[in-house]
Amino acid sequence: MTPDLMAQGAERYQKALAKSARVSDSGGRAASYARLHQAGDLDLAHGRILYLEDVHVSFDGFKAINGLSLDIAPGELRCIIGPNGAGKTTMMDIITGKTRPDAGRVFFGSTINLLRHNEPEIAQLGIGRKFQKPTVFEHLTVYENLELALKTHKGVAASMLFRPDGGQRDRLEEVLHTIHLPSAVLRQAGNLSHGQKQWLEIGMLLMQEPKLLLLDEPVAGMTDHETERTAELFLSLKGKHSLMVVEHDMSFIRRISDIVTVLCDGAVLAQGSLDQVQADERVIEVYLGR
Amino acid sequence: MKPSVLPTPAPLFSRSGWGIYFACVAVVAALAPVLNLLVPAGHPLHLSDFAVSLLGKIMCYAICALAMDLIWGYTGILSLGHGLFFALGGYAMGMYLMRQIGRDGNYKSDLPDFMVFLDWKELPWHWALSDSFAATLALVVLAPGVLALVFGFFAFRSRIKGVYFSIITQAMTFAFMLLFFRNETGFGGNNGFTDFKRILGMPLATPQMRMFLFVLTGLTLLAFYLLARWLMRSKYGRVLQAVRDAESRLMFCGYSPLPYKLSIWVLSAVMCGVAGALYVPQVGIINPSEMSAANSIEIAIWAAVGGRGTLVGPIVGAFLVNGAKSWLTVTAPEIWLYFLGGLFIIVTLYLPHGVVGWLRQLRSRWGSVASNTKGGDA
Repeated sequence: MTPDLMAQGAERYQKALAKSARVSDSGGRAASYARLHQAGDLDLAHGRILYLEDVHVSFDGFKAINGLSLDIAPGELRCIIGPNGAGKTTMMDIITGKTRPDAGRVFFGSTINLLRHNEPEIAQLGIGRKFQKPTVFEHLTVYENLELALKTHKGVAASMLFRPDGGQRDRLEEVLHTIHLPSAVLRQAGNLSHGQKQWLEIGMLLMQEPKLLLLDEPVAGMTDHETERTAELFLSLKGKHSLMVVEHDMSFIRRISDIVTVLCDGAVLAQGSLDQVQADERVIEVYLGR
Repeated sequence: MKPSVLPTPAPLFSRSGWGIYFACVAVVAALAPVLNLLVPAGHPLHLSDFAVSLLGKIMCYAICALAMDLIWGYTGILSLGHGLFFALGGYAMGMYLMRQIGRDGNYKSDLPDFMVFLDWKELPWHWALSDSFAATLALVVLAPGVLALVFGFFAFRSRIKGVYFSIITQAMTFAFMLLFFRNETGFGGNNGFTDFKRILGMPLATPQMRMFLFVLTGLTLLAFYLLARWLMRSKYGRVLQAVRDAESRLMFCGYSPLPYKLSIWVLSAVMCGVAGALYVPQVGIINPSEMSAANSIEIAIWAAVGGRGTLVGPIVGAFLVNGAKSWLTVTAPEIWLYFLGGLFIIVTLYLPHGVVGWLRQLRSRWGSVASNTKGGDA
């Protein structure tokens, strides 16, 4: 290598160094990008928190999800209705990583590909899920159930040494009051009534501080009074969190919904306000009945 | 400001709990040696050598039962292969004890007798560390620990659970038993190791050494109990119970169950290995029958009889069942297996939480009748 080439190389190297220094000043992006994004951060720049495109799943030849496309805006409360076997629960299984789709794209924000993550990772990213059948840790107390769900480090060593700090205790207390169970704090979760278990599970979701909540039949088995309180709770969560609620209880949906999506045979059949979809001929045909 | 409704974290033991714990330490480490070594034989308070060796053996079993409870009672994973980990710890210690025989064996050779019998001229490679006591202690932990780590990693990562997991562990211990039965494996074949003479250069067959091993076993059991109690009272223990009750719920809470299952599984295996290493010098023999299917199942029975999901339960269970065994196999040996089977059926049907769970139920019922507040649990 001749001395002039070495000098040129050194010059290029200095330029590159100066350039990289400038880049890090502007946040690692060219000037046209306003914000810095870290890998794994939720990017809501495109106005969607959840985005499913042309998703297909089949179980032994049965097409449970068949070309489903759906998106949810940040802060939205979306209701999903549809006949049994329409693929509502399967859709939640796909979003939460329990089921792998055969084809399609599933994104959380516009940068996180959910198909690359497993269940615990997706939960840590900020998607909480309530099961159709209320599922709580039956042998633990209400308090211990909530404490387990608390958003914190979830590794083995962190759990061995865990003690809730002041802020976390405030949060536990707040959620206990939100779900109306402060008097049952030391009761075994297995001894709660059905409606209380539903609430406890919702409370566990709140402890995770998720950005998106998937709620599968949250008011099934609740009394009218409990249902009303649940509706109030969901309406108060709207805006801060995004919610996707699967329900069959039409009066509950009427109480909380803006936009209703009707699923049938694994795809979106209709979408709009509850009145619009209730007037839709096809929806009446497959779901509501004449 | 409203008073907090949150419970305050409970201490590891209540004041009386610590009292009972240290009373147990005193009984094991002070009272038993005095009654055995200082009180003359024939005196009504004398603790016989037979009782010392029997209780020492049962305390080894109690460590196994406690280990079984951590993985089965708390985490809901029934292992039917814990006898293997026990035997591996025992074999690691046995190799060292074989080397300690030196030239005092029947053949007056540097090699262990069984190798001379097989006409081997030098130690096989896997005996390389057997002369070192420190390496033996490491092996006691590492042999069961590493096997459990590798086996558990693949089993739990593949999400094998329930009866499938139990069957695989049972098959594993059976496979190892067949392997250890072979002379070529280099572990003494079906005779295993026996005829031990000394440990750390000191003779094994003295009352003092017997007593020392007894005290060591008792303190190990109590230390493991303390460790288990600390773990099960931490959030870690509650996550394990959550694995048992609703694993999928736990995953959707953001926990990856694999490191939790794997850590408790390895700890459980290591505890059994340590128990095996304490057992062999006290009993004076280790052979592949320790790996038989029945032995592993018995460990599960001790835990079930005493009470799964309680920490004193399995220890009580190990003492009850083995106490009954040593009594019945002397007075009426032919009915022992029927008794064991019947006991298992009765416990499964009528005492789902074992003897300790049943006693607690009685106490809380009695307590509510007497309109007392609920006492602390042990």
